Amino acid sequence: MHTIQKAGLGIFLLAFLIFIAVLGLDRFVLSEENLAEAISNPYHRQELVEVAQAQGILGKSYGSSFEFVPVFKALLKDSQQSLEEKAKAALPEGVSKSEFRLGSWQFKDYTYAAARKASTGPVASNPLLFFGLTFGLGILGGLLYILPKFKLLPGIKNDHIYHRAMTRGLKVGLRSIFLGSAIIGLLLYGVFYMGKEYFWPAVSALVGLLIIGLVLLAERQRRRQPARSASPQVTGWLGVLAGIFLIGFYILLYWAPQHITAWVLLADPLSRLLNGGEASQWFLYGLLYTMIVLVMGVRMLAKYRHNKYQVIRTFSVMFFQTAFAFLLPEILVRLNYPYYDFKNIWPLNYTFFFDWNIKNLLSSGGLGIFMLVWGIVLIIVAVPVITYFFGKRWYCSWVCGCGGLAETLGDPYRQLSDKSLIAWKFERWIIHGVLVFAVVMTGMVLYTYFTGSRNILIFNSDTVRTWYGFLIGSAFAGVVGTGFYPLMGNRMWCRFGCPLAAYLGLVQRFKSRFRITTNGGQCISCGNCSTYCEMGIDVRAYAQRGQDIVRASCVGCGVCAAVCPRGVLRLENSSSDVKERAAVVRNRLADL
Amino acid sequence: MHIAILGNGVAGITAARFIRKLSDHQITVISAETDHFFSRTALMYVYMGHMRYEDIKPYEDWFWKKNRIELLRAYVERIDFDNKKLITREGQSVSYDKLLLATGSASNLFGWPGQELEGVRGLYSYPDLEYMEQHSKGLQRAVIVGGGLIGIEMAEMFHSRHIPVTFLVREERYWDMVLPPEESDMVSRHIREHGIGLRLSTELNEIVDDGAGRACAVITSHGERIDCGYVGLTAGVHPNIGFLKNTPLETQRGILVNDYLQTNIPDVYAAGDCVQVREPKPGRRPIEAVWYVGRMMGETAAYNICGRPVTYEPGIWFNSAKFLDIEYQVYGEVPAQLPEGYAALYWEHPGERKSIRLVYDKREGHILGFNLMGVRYRQEVCEKWIRERIHIEEVLQNLGLANFDPEFYKEYEAEVVQLYNRQSGRSLELRQRRGLSAALRFLRSR
Ligand SMILES: Cc1cc2nc3c(=O)[nH]c(=O)nc-3n(C[C@H](O)[C@H](O)[C@H](O)COP(=O)(O)OP(=O)(O)OC[C@H]3O[C@@H](n4cnc5c(N)ncnc54)[C@H](O)[C@@H]3O)c2cc1C
Ligand code: SF4
Ligand code: SF4
Repeated sequence: MHTIQKAGLGIFLLAFLIFIAVLGLDRFVLSEENLAEAISNPYHRQELVEVAQAQGILGKSYGSSFEFVPVFKALLKDSQQSLEEKAKAALPEGVSKSEFRLGSWQFKDYTYAAARKASTGPVASNPLLFFGLTFGLGILGGLLYILPKFKLLPGIKNDHIYHRAMTRGLKVGLRSIFLGSAIIGLLLYGVFYMGKEYFWPAVSALVGLLIIGLVLLAERQRRRQPARSASPQVTGWLGVLAGIFLIGFYILLYWAPQHITAWVLLADPLSRLLNGGEASQWFLYGLLYTMIVLVMGVRMLAKYRHNKYQVIRTFSVMFFQTAFAFLLPEILVRLNYPYYDFKNIWPLNYTFFFDWNIKNLLSSGGLGIFMLVWGIVLIIVAVPVITYFFGKRWYCSWVCGCGGLAETLGDPYRQLSDKSLIAWKFERWIIHGVLVFAVVMTGMVLYTYFTGSRNILIFNSDTVRTWYGFLIGSAFAGVVGTGFYPLMGNRMWCRFGCPLAAYLGLVQRFKSRFRITTNGGQCISCGNCSTYCEMGIDVRAYAQRGQDIVRASCVGCGVCAAVCPRGVLRLENSSSDVKERAAVVRNRLADL
Repeated sequence: MHIAILGNGVAGITAARFIRKLSDHQITVISAETDHFFSRTALMYVYMGHMRYEDIKPYEDWFWKKNRIELLRAYVERIDFDNKKLITREGQSVSYDKLLLATGSASNLFGWPGQELEGVRGLYSYPDLEYMEQHSKGLQRAVIVGGGLIGIEMAEMFHSRHIPVTFLVREERYWDMVLPPEESDMVSRHIREHGIGLRLSTELNEIVDDGAGRACAVITSHGERIDCGYVGLTAGVHPNIGFLKNTPLETQRGILVNDYLQTNIPDVYAAGDCVQVREPKPGRRPIEAVWYVGRMMGETAAYNICGRPVTYEPGIWFNSAKFLDIEYQVYGEVPAQLPEGYAALYWEHPGERKSIRLVYDKREGHILGFNLMGVRYRQEVCEKWIRERIHIEEVLQNLGLANFDPEFYKEYEAEVVQLYNRQSGRSLELRQRRGLSAALRFLRSR
């Protein structure tokens, strides 16, 4: 390794360590002013201040969020009770009961806001400095590591991927343990998340069992043992650590942001610059996401600089992430327009038809109406038409943010996708299941929007949509989707979970000019294409028979064609009928 | 009927698959090297860490049982052709009704002094790869002898592990028995560009014993001593038929077969690397040790074994390879030295490692072959032009039809046409650019 690269790696690791350490540097001291800033409801605020004073919490210093949060939660509970008693006695003039009472559902937001405000110490007072030490140094280190790669001879750079502890993947047994515990853990947490309601977690578990049963029994996969094992000889421990970190990050981000308030503080100065307000954990996430797509995008450019398709495509994902997903929405907010990502399409953007979003757009004047219409046009016109001409790649590997992360941060892990036939069967049941779930959930939400009634049969549309957000929007897309990059490949979400990918895939499979063609009989069955297909398509199975590849899941990343050492594969569009062409080639082979 | 197939390489396995497609016969594939079929051409990627052994198996392990193809891992020591029996090293005997021999190749050894030492080996089989892996740890330098396709792969393999490589090539240029001089020079330059020590016009004289039975150096034909811990012998392969000598089976360099891939013994067929075709088709050689030939022969053999006589028609020669970062494709006839009556148009990119060569008949003007470096061309289009003896000028004007490079790649066909115009004083124009629709229309025409 180049000395510059070693230095870069060192600097990056240092930045990473500081980033972790930041969480423990500040202390938490609750004051009356903090509470005033954190909690806008005057009755709640006053009550909290009173109770806190009585308990001697104000001004007391706590060493970590793990000390502070339980204390504050107890404070909330006590205040809730005292407010309850006061409400029973008498409500202040002209105040509604719901405004006066403190609901348990508000605990989360209050805790997060209070923790954020109560932070005092080096990070809270020097956010810019720490921003430089974490984000700045991290980017610098990353670039120092990546830029020397531009000096290498251009060509495929996959040496040692299966030798490295970071990219080798895990043994199947360990992988199953991770996957199993993630699923069970998330369902159990779901019970807690839904307020001790067992119904939907139980339904989800049943659906999961049903899919396993369908694949193993109805599709007769059980007898097809052993499947392609996708198992390295030794587990890549660095990859496992990276996976654990990512999973942990997403859990904190979604469900325990009160513990990462120091990170959010780092993003404050930039947030103020862009949208004029304080950073939220979502701003932090968007910032981190964009920086990663940009830096790892540069890595992708270095790796594939001999391949113009990859270069242009990488620039495209970098551009859409930076401009459309990150900057534009913030600028809209600054101009007092609704936060809107113009390239995020329902059902990936599952909140699009939620009442608050529709109301928000409708009340934002001409631009708001345009946004609403634009979103609907994307769904019913753009998706089928553009996919007809170019395949689903126009979105999945050129525009989409999830795809953008997968193609940049995720590129080192693309080989970990499972290529076995059984994985394909699971994929089809699961992804189409999610599509059905998304459509039904949205249908219920819209029914409620138009009729005002929350109950459809015995189901409550609010509960269903909350559960969708938890299970699919957060757990699947985030925790499993990205957290599992180093464990099961970079397109876990796109391949198994994304309802928009399912929709695009149906169009691609049945009505599209896109296909991957094979160059006559040149295939040597080496397997590079299948190995590096992030969607787990066994490209070789088609290529070695001289057949075109027309698969719903193919995101058209073009990496199979890039890594093929014999120039066998080409992504192309043509109005010529897909099935017919496949048949012609097949017959020719059989005639030999 | 019980059909036994000896060898689970591409020839044997393709035959097994097609026999299953065509019939319900009992099929047994016997092979000694590995339990399952793997892609020999991909061995290098396992060593370089691009893939695991698991990934170079083209079929999942359940595939064989599902398709009722029995696999037997055993080494066949002797064949009793009279009683239709295979006898394995363990003494087990397997009787058959029909037999397909697909035993592949073995590395050439030319009786070099010291070739039996520890740390000296060819690269053909999976055990060879494991041997290489075992000897790679702490290796200070490797010497590779023989400048063919396997030699350069081996050089790339060691190079990927940062093990210094010296590459001894007998010829004046890399692989110049096959590649025309310009292409051969391009590859030679590229090998050196990677920092691999290419020694042209250099042969191996002997391998030096370190006193403990291990190779410690080689002495070249120039008398130079090169210290090294590993010697890769990649001076070609020959049909692996040693155990079939002195049997009723007629062999020369390979197992002799007729157009139906039948040997001289009834019910015994042969396919793949081990075969020597008695009367090769024009433009083809009697022994062609390449993947594609094994696959095509396997399929033809399957038809004949199943009682559907089909002659072996390999069609127009094609091949492909990759020299480190340079992809190579060839279609039709591209001689290393232009014989009388042939003409060639050669275009090379001034900066990048790309070239296009069209070979045509000097008098009649019809196209004979294509040689591509760093540019991908459609096999079917080139084949059709060659088969239909299309005139070079017609080909040039439509050259875009053949381009198979990824989208957004620069197209060089116009430059090729210009070059032709400059050389011939003509003023042709490129009429057709890259695109699938036009290529399909062309392929379906007539
Ligand atoms: C490193 C390398 C790279 C290559 N790259 C290319 C390339 O890029 N393109 C290309 O076209 N070709 C390439 N080739 C050549 C290609 O791999 C061969 O032509 C092809 O594999 C031959 O297939 P086959 O089925 O005839 O024989 P094999 O694949 O050799 O199969 C024969 C099998 O039979 C077994 N066997 C033989 N005798 C016995 C016995 N008595 N008992 C039991 N089992 C027996 C052997 O162990 C072996 O497993 C390459 C070869 C090598 C080694
Ligand atoms: S088949 Fe090729 S283009 Fe499609 S997703 Fe897989 S690697 Fe990408
Ligand atoms: S990478 Fe190319 S040669 Fe290898 S299996 Fe795939 S299509 Fe065939």
